[in-house]
Amino acid sequence: MRRVANQTVFSSQTFRAEREEDWQRLEEMLRRAEGGSVRRLSDDDLLELPVLYRSALSSLSVARETTLDLALINYLEGLCTRAYFFVYGVRTSLGRRTLGFFTEDWPAAIRTLWRETLMSLALMLAGALAAYLLVQGNPDWFNSIIPQGLSGGRDPSASTEMLRETLYTSDQSGLAVFATYLFTHNSQVAIFAFALGFAFAVPTALLMVYNGAILGAFVALFVERGLGFELGGWLLIHGSTELFAIILAGAAGLRIGTKVIFPGMQSRLNAAREAGKTAAVVMIGVIVMLLAAGLLEGFGRQLITEDLTRYAIASMMFFGWCAYFYLPGLIRGQR
Amino acid sequence: MASASPSLSPDSSVQRTLVTPEGVDLRLRLGTAGQRAGAFVIDFLLLILTLILFMILLFWAGLGAAEGRSNDGLSVVAIIWLLGFFLLRNFYFIAFEIGRRSATLGKRIFGMRVVARDGGRLTADAVIARNLMREIEVFLPITFLFSGGIDTGSALMAVVGCLWATIFLFFPLFNKDRLRVGDIIAGTWVVHAPRRKLLADLAGEGSNRLPDFDFTDEQLAVYGEYELQTLEKVLRDDNAETLHGVANTIRAKIDWHDGDDDYIFLNAYYAALVARLERGMLFGKRRASKFDIGEDQSSG
Repeated sequence: MRRVANQTVFSSQTFRAEREEDWQRLEEMLRRAEGGSVRRLSDDDLLELPVLYRSALSSLSVARETTLDLALINYLEGLCTRAYFFVYGVRTSLGRRTLGFFTEDWPAAIRTLWRETLMSLALMLAGALAAYLLVQGNPDWFNSIIPQGLSGGRDPSASTEMLRETLYTSDQSGLAVFATYLFTHNSQVAIFAFALGFAFAVPTALLMVYNGAILGAFVALFVERGLGFELGGWLLIHGSTELFAIILAGAAGLRIGTKVIFPGMQSRLNAAREAGKTAAVVMIGVIVMLLAAGLLEGFGRQLITEDLTRYAIASMMFFGWCAYFYLPGLIRGQR
Repeated sequence: MASASPSLSPDSSVQRTLVTPEGVDLRLRLGTAGQRAGAFVIDFLLLILTLILFMILLFWAGLGAAEGRSNDGLSVVAIIWLLGFFLLRNFYFIAFEIGRRSATLGKRIFGMRVVARDGGRLTADAVIARNLMREIEVFLPITFLFSGGIDTGSALMAVVGCLWATIFLFFPLFNKDRLRVGDIIAGTWVVHAPRRKLLADLAGEGSNRLPDFDFTDEQLAVYGEYELQTLEKVLRDDNAETLHGVANTIRAKIDWHDGDDDYIFLNAYYAALVARLERGMLFGKRRASKFDIGEDQSSG
């Protein structure tokens, strides 16, 4: 710090002249750090930055009480705000965060959502059951439940042979594109189910029922032709992962919606915030699961046409996910 | 205190308290609805522009692949397009806000950043939560518009769609903290904290001129802090016309006759006024504006 000679009386000019250099240095350091990684700062800089930050804060307090230079106060407020978020916004490295996410955060977040997960599952099953019974009673229902584009010729007017064929065709060109398409499309649907939860969970619940209904209608159609077992393999090889992911996305949406309606002992805003954080962690995981499901559906289902192998993969995936999510909790004696 | 006096503190409706662990209030200012909308429009346009460039690039690559009759080439192009679109749509905002400046390009232009409402660390979960919510705030109404929801759907669908868009898109206008739905879920808000330059010391500059001016105490006593800071703004803006007008008003008010340049006169007067008011401040006497005559008169 530079002292201004022979000043006996405090004045805002000497105050500024004495500290200006430090402020500029702090500003320059922040500019470098914000522009890129922390590595752009030397060890000395990193040690000095908190010191400079605290002295800038004290300058701000003094300036507010002693100077009337509005531009100076605004400058110091801006500088201190930037420095505050840098100094207290400590982050761990990306690698460590990723590790922590997969070993700890993600399964833990899913475990806290167990009630919503069951609810989400129940909604989907209810939709499936309703559609199954409706289509079984009157096949005309099939066309009103399933949108035209989705059926792709698999409707009650198709012959049994044709239906069987759709389960085992292995058109091997463009598998990767198909898998990518499935991944992006399903992820978008999952994100949608999550976001809709904010509207008091109602649209999310409807979406889950509707997804179940589509499933139920297909099952009814194939079971009627005696293809139930074969359809199961075709559906579940990826479905055990994909449907699980969609159910979890629905659970995340339901969590947000129910916390907004019933915040319990917390304030509504706090409840929404906590639900949002848990749900966001779950959602990142859901996208990872859907990536796996997309690969299974795009490649696995097209290349593996053996029913039992399909079932084996399906159950392996399902129990694998369950063990990963719920086993650590059971071992520790918590839900 | 005269109630008519203009307030010195910036509009308190946008100012929020954030006390650092060192015990200093940073007095954060929230981004206004206009700034938020502006930032979003910029981000959105950037997003669309990137998508268009991306599309042109891939179209080229696709043409090349088609000419070479390479199926693999075409699938690679298709995969890049699908993944690229997905990542841009969902992760453009997230990637920027997870960064050190916690702001998308649009927010940076408007000097804003995303901050945790409790003043703590902005976590990745929060950024993800607030941005995945854009799905229902922005993308749903847009998809609705472009999928011809209005043509094919009934009038009822159109009404429901518009209502939805109104509720979620304009959500920030309905609460005092300008929270989006995503902000509520994530526990964040958006503050206006632009990078500011340290401006020249007007009082220091003016005090060098003071020997040529000898303002009396009465001449300095006419104004308070509000007028001082207005004068500061006038001097910093340095607009000849405004300077002339303000200089003449002050000259008339304090009965000053000189042939000096407007800027020099105002600068000197500013320095003298600052010295006087800051001296008062040190002794615990503040004068908010010229209407504030409470203690000033009794004491002198």
